[in-house]
Amino acid sequence: MGTSDAGGRQLKFVLMLAAWWSASLAFALPAPVIKDLAFGESDAKIEAIGKLVASGDGAALPFLQSLLDGEVQTSGEDLVLVVKGDSAVDAVTGKVVAPLPEARDDVVVNNRLRRELTTAIAALKLSSPDRAVRLAAAKDLQNNSEEAALPAIDAALAKENDQEVRGLLALTKASIELRSGDKDKRVAAIRALGNSDTGATRTLLQQVLERKGSVYVEPDARVRAEAQRSLAAVERRLMIGDIAARIFSGISLGTILLLAALGLAITYGLMGVINMAHGELIMIGAYATYVVQSLFRQHAPGLFDYYPLVAVPVAFAISAAVGVVLERTVIRHLYGRPLETLLATWGLSLILIQGVRTIFGAQNVQVENPAWMSGGLEIMTNVVLPWSRVVIIAFAGCVLLAVWLVLTRTTLGLYVRAVTQNRGMASALGVRTPRIDMMAFGLGSGIAGLAGCALSQIGNVGPDLGQSYIVDSFMVVVLGGVGQLAGTVYAALGLGIMNKFLEAWQGAVLAKIMILVFIIIFIQKRPQGLFALKGRTVEA
Amino acid sequence: MLGFMPLAAPAGNFSLTRLWSGRLWGVLGAAALVLFVVVPIGNLAVPDGSVFHISDYAVTLAGKIMCYAIVALAMDLIWGYTGILSLGHGLFFALGGYAMGMYLMRSIGLDGVYKSNLPDFMVFLDWKAYPWYWSFTQHFWYCALLVVLVPGLLALVFGFFAFRSRIKGVYFSIITQALTYAAMLLFFRNDTGFGGNNGFTDFKRILGFPITAPQTRMALFMLTGAALIGFLLLGRAIVSSKLGRVLTAIRDAETRVMFSGYNPVYFKLFIWTLSAVICGIAGALYVPQVGIINPSEMSPANSIEIAIWTAVGGRGTLIGPVIGAAAVNLGKSWFTQAFPEYWLYLLGLLFILVTLYLPRGIAGLWSKGR
Repeated sequence: MGTSDAGGRQLKFVLMLAAWWSASLAFALPAPVIKDLAFGESDAKIEAIGKLVASGDGAALPFLQSLLDGEVQTSGEDLVLVVKGDSAVDAVTGKVVAPLPEARDDVVVNNRLRRELTTAIAALKLSSPDRAVRLAAAKDLQNNSEEAALPAIDAALAKENDQEVRGLLALTKASIELRSGDKDKRVAAIRALGNSDTGATRTLLQQVLERKGSVYVEPDARVRAEAQRSLAAVERRLMIGDIAARIFSGISLGTILLLAALGLAITYGLMGVINMAHGELIMIGAYATYVVQSLFRQHAPGLFDYYPLVAVPVAFAISAAVGVVLERTVIRHLYGRPLETLLATWGLSLILIQGVRTIFGAQNVQVENPAWMSGGLEIMTNVVLPWSRVVIIAFAGCVLLAVWLVLTRTTLGLYVRAVTQNRGMASALGVRTPRIDMMAFGLGSGIAGLAGCALSQIGNVGPDLGQSYIVDSFMVVVLGGVGQLAGTVYAALGLGIMNKFLEAWQGAVLAKIMILVFIIIFIQKRPQGLFALKGRTVEA
Repeated sequence: MLGFMPLAAPAGNFSLTRLWSGRLWGVLGAAALVLFVVVPIGNLAVPDGSVFHISDYAVTLAGKIMCYAIVALAMDLIWGYTGILSLGHGLFFALGGYAMGMYLMRSIGLDGVYKSNLPDFMVFLDWKAYPWYWSFTQHFWYCALLVVLVPGLLALVFGFFAFRSRIKGVYFSIITQALTYAAMLLFFRNDTGFGGNNGFTDFKRILGFPITAPQTRMALFMLTGAALIGFLLLGRAIVSSKLGRVLTAIRDAETRVMFSGYNPVYFKLFIWTLSAVICGIAGALYVPQVGIINPSEMSPANSIEIAIWTAVGGRGTLIGPVIGAAAVNLGKSWFTQAFPEYWLYLLGLLFILVTLYLPRGIAGLWSKGR
């Protein structure tokens, strides 16, 4: 008996707590308004919504949202319930209603009402003190603007201080007014629309200028002229954004090509060896990143955001180690026979691909970005730069700097440059060329690993990852010439940007073909690439 | 370079015994006997179930391998004898195949899935008429001309620019690889008008004969055999001529050839174009036998595999590539069925071991043993 009594008291306490909790987010609306919204005819409901919007009272939001989500039910003549799952709350008093009454009717929200509610909710959100909420609401409104929202927008504009929200609201207002009857208002609205840089505005303005047969839909010449001017302004701004976005993606592609080609340029410049397994070293770097990422997720999820700090050196080390092993076991024996090296390294790449397939499976693996790399930098409404790509551009810059320092400021770099220029002479002066070959091959392979680490952040990681990069990175080397970093940099960025612009013009496949043709023509003029070390051999 | 022994081929009056020793003519005769008598009888006349019956599968496989052998032979002319490694020969092979495929597609007639005059893929794309480059392809002889002209002209133009600016060695190899890669992307597009990634398939007849009939298959098989023997003879005639000696000299010391007053460009261009044409013909023979051609034939991996057939058999010999193509492809068709996961390991090892330890291939082993 005692236990059940205690149980009952406990239950009561929980119920009280629940009641207090729901009262705290009570719908805080006058009972007549709620009754109107729940029981009234459509017109009465809309009128009630209009009043709520006009009052600008944020307290009405939860109830309106519930109404929109179909959670509001009525029972009998005057009980209005908000039902969430199995629990229900009295909308007027805010008290929990338990048990649920048997006979309940849904409050039907028809399309017209739904539209009104959506606009009303957005309008109310516009008066929220939270900037993010206001911004989201302004964006919402822009997509489905109703004339009913106009007073709310005006009210919000009067109070709004934030530039971005203001701009959005002004545009929305203009697009609503564009549809109104008053000519002056429409002209003003069209002028205001001229400040926009969204594709939606362009469509809107184009609609003003539409023709049916040879006759303009819009009868007024002044409105048309105004629209023409605004349209030109919007289109110019859109085009600038478009070009900016394309240049950015070109640079992004260029830096990726640069990372992929940098290692190849070193090994090719030094040894005249095209390492067909270079792409697979990139792939290994990406898989190393994947492994590091998985280990972090398993053992140190709290530090997940820092995994790239570990992944970068690990990817470098593993790819470099694999590269050195390849050099010692196979490539070393083929110096002076470049065509055979090509075939042997192709064989190595097949084995590496199949090896990774055996270990990790043929499917792509997912490498998750750390949180700070997701999202993007919005420089214009139609131009968003993803952080991951911005980070990779910066990363490529760092790698380039590091390679430059190694090549120009260290003894190893000095030897590498010497052997690149004249192997025989360097050897005669006491440089141990086989050792330099090995170190340089390791360095080039390690850079490939870094490229893989970067690639894993923006694309799929699979056994075939490297295959698509070998031709591209060799094109960079051919175009840039060997022996100088600057050539590789210019060639990579140039090819990247050219690729993106041609792609927009003619599609990805034709762009690739055009670039290939360009390179073939280019080598006619400059067989040594953009930057060549001057030498005196006939065979060059 | 590798320092191959110069092939015993004194210049002089052309005669069959100069071309090949009597013993080799005997071997060739025996091969012809097998191709044109034993296999046809074994496949068509000997009843199924007899120990002497040669199955359709075996005939198709052998026909396919002979096509590969022709390609390997073409590769050998340019790589083994002239020292230019092409990683784009799969492109010429596929172009020849596509040219023949166009004719085969046209001869499907109204028997396609959509019962249209157009190939199914064009109906699917909602095209109403053949694009201009499909004109006249209903005529067999026009397509046969394309088989030679398309790879030949492409090779001629590409080769002219490449050799003129003295692109050689690995540069040339990679550029040819890029060429076939770009072509593959182009043919993968549906808008290109060659069936996208499905390519051409479901052929019904060739020159009015049903394409799957045993007699048609045998005729194609024998034709392929004849082509292989013909190209072997042609290859022999070339490499034993003065032209062949210049080509070998270009391989071994191109600058010295230049200083001796020869312009290597035209020699290279000739053998390169010829090699491409031979590949195209091989492709044209290949497509009706296997019944499909699609852009994956142009993938860089395919082209580079051609090089390994030649390397395994032995560069700088004419019989080597034939042996190599047969050995690698027989091994492949057995291995990919028995241990599909390990085939790539084996192929990769083959690339490495052959280049490291067997630079003269199987044929080299034989001549060393003698």
